[in-house]
Amino acid sequence: MKNDTPTTVIEVKNLACGYGETVVLQKVSFSVHPQELLFVIGGSGCGKSTLLRCMIGLLKPVHGDVAYFGKSFTAADTVQRRDILKTFGVLYQNSALWSSMTLAENVSLPLEEHTSLTREDRREITALKLAQVGLSGSEELYPSELSGGMKKRAALARALALDPAIVFFDEPSTGLDPITSREMDELILQVRDTLGTTMVIVSHQLSSIFRLADRVIMLDRESKGIIAEGAPRDLAAKSTNPRVREFLKQDEEFSKQTNHASAKKPVSISK
Amino acid sequence: MTARSQLPKAGTELKAATAQLEAGPPGSECLVKIGGDWRLSEPVPLWTGVLGKRTAGSVRVVPEDLGKWDTSLVLFLVHGRAWCAKSKNDFHAEALPKNLQALLQQVAGTGEPKPLAKADAKSGWVLAGDMAKMWASHATEIVSFIGECTLGFMGAAKKPRRFRWTDCLVEMQQCWATSLPIVSVVSFLVGVILAFQAAIQLRQFGAAVYVADLVGLAVVREMGPMMASMIVAGGTGAGFAAQLGNMKVGEEIDALETLGVSAVDFLALPRLLAVTLMMPVLAAYANVLGVLGGMFVSVNVLDIPAAAYWVETQNSVGVLDVTTGLIKSIFFGLAVGFAGCLRGMKCERSAAGVGTATSSAVVTGVILIVLADALFGTIFNVLRI
Repeated sequence: MKNDTPTTVIEVKNLACGYGETVVLQKVSFSVHPQELLFVIGGSGCGKSTLLRCMIGLLKPVHGDVAYFGKSFTAADTVQRRDILKTFGVLYQNSALWSSMTLAENVSLPLEEHTSLTREDRREITALKLAQVGLSGSEELYPSELSGGMKKRAALARALALDPAIVFFDEPSTGLDPITSREMDELILQVRDTLGTTMVIVSHQLSSIFRLADRVIMLDRESKGIIAEGAPRDLAAKSTNPRVREFLKQDEEFSKQTNHASAKKPVSISK
Repeated sequence: MTARSQLPKAGTELKAATAQLEAGPPGSECLVKIGGDWRLSEPVPLWTGVLGKRTAGSVRVVPEDLGKWDTSLVLFLVHGRAWCAKSKNDFHAEALPKNLQALLQQVAGTGEPKPLAKADAKSGWVLAGDMAKMWASHATEIVSFIGECTLGFMGAAKKPRRFRWTDCLVEMQQCWATSLPIVSVVSFLVGVILAFQAAIQLRQFGAAVYVADLVGLAVVREMGPMMASMIVAGGTGAGFAAQLGNMKVGEEIDALETLGVSAVDFLALPRLLAVTLMMPVLAAYANVLGVLGGMFVSVNVLDIPAAAYWVETQNSVGVLDVTTGLIKSIFFGLAVGFAGCLRGMKCERSAAGVGTATSSAVVTGVILIVLADALFGTIFNVLRI
């Protein structure tokens, strides 16, 4: 099958990655479609984060290729690489805001590096981005003055600074309480719906998977690759692999419970 | 009255742990009665002590007035079970409390202490090979970092507006502010020490005024730049490694890389330039204070007038001496900044990694300073400067 029309945003072809002599993943191939919310799921140590690091170019793949909009990322030279890097933003697990800079400086640095906008324009865009994630007025705060949830929001604002076509999330709800985590999920949906951004999310937060995912890819530690691919509810019901069903079934029950619980909660708060 | 005050006080109401053997005729089952309070912190009976030299037979353990117990009792029973298992005899614990039995069940399979696994002894050749590999990778790291920095500076020279001047100025200010007090004290005292040492020798010849020559030359050519850069290595250099290392642990450096911003350009170059520019200034300051230290001793201890000391210093220390010292200090600064940034950027992703990077930055910095000094010494000697 050839991709003449831009139906794929990211194409991962026969990717193998690992550290030193240990191979974590091999023969991983999948593609991501425009405006899709794709979850990469799996148990701890299955290589989710390794796959992400490979895709965003922090880890050199042992074998295979990652292509963005039909252009190879692995084989790109410095200039092409820089162009591809501009097409995606990354929200790291620890938010990874630059701690010596204020939020405004954090968000405006990508603009400063990649555009020729004036200082005034940058300031306006930064304020806009922060407002988009619900952090208006926090421009002059330093990352150390923020809560975990606010840090994630700020990091999302930074990831969105250059209006990228794709945003990668590394465990967006880790370390957040259920309500904040739900708010984060809603923010992700909101961004997708308003900006049409493609999202690739590495997570094992079961409630988020059922709430957000259009499609999931499940990795497995033993087979070192993808063991299931599809819509989460379909997989939970119809997967031929008992391990996949087990993982998602448990989650479905769990997500029902959490949905139930968090649906009740705001009511009791608003009283 | 709170529940706490009803609790028995430790040590006062504890009954000593007991284990009594009631042996039947040889070969038959023997009964072990356990009682009292079993505490890890108190002395408890040992299985081997209870069974004495008795040959193995099946054992039944029954509680008798058993009080509170903890892991010490479990350990005792585990030893008993292992002892029985070794001689293929039965170990009956059915009479014990249910929770104790469950606990024993959970730790099934323990009790036979396994011999500690010996680390594979590597042959000398393998060790040498590993060592060589490690040094080779270190060398590659250093060379590639030098390359990255050089390319970065070349890029910055082409587009000076893209260089992060603000960061550079902030780092210069930091370096100056943190080092100045220590540099002042240390260089002054180095001058004092040198003057005392020189005076002991020179006095014997009635040539005490030449203390000024010795102190002046030693401070300006060697000790001033050296001391200033050592202090900066310990303060600013270590600070660079800790900052960058922390940024690496917090994925902040990754965030720069995926933004298409070179971490070397963004973080290392401003720091490198800052410390390289600041070092000659600090060295010059250290020179002045060192000479003042020598003068202080001469005036107060050796009774040489300050004016005489100053004239003697001017006569002996030439512009060339000062210049060589300051030129050296530029390279010392480069070495300190390089060591700090290198160790920080290559830091391992853990809290311990940051600590290692910091101390390693100081060690690398000091070694590089001394190596550079030796190299300069040789070159100046050959050139007869």
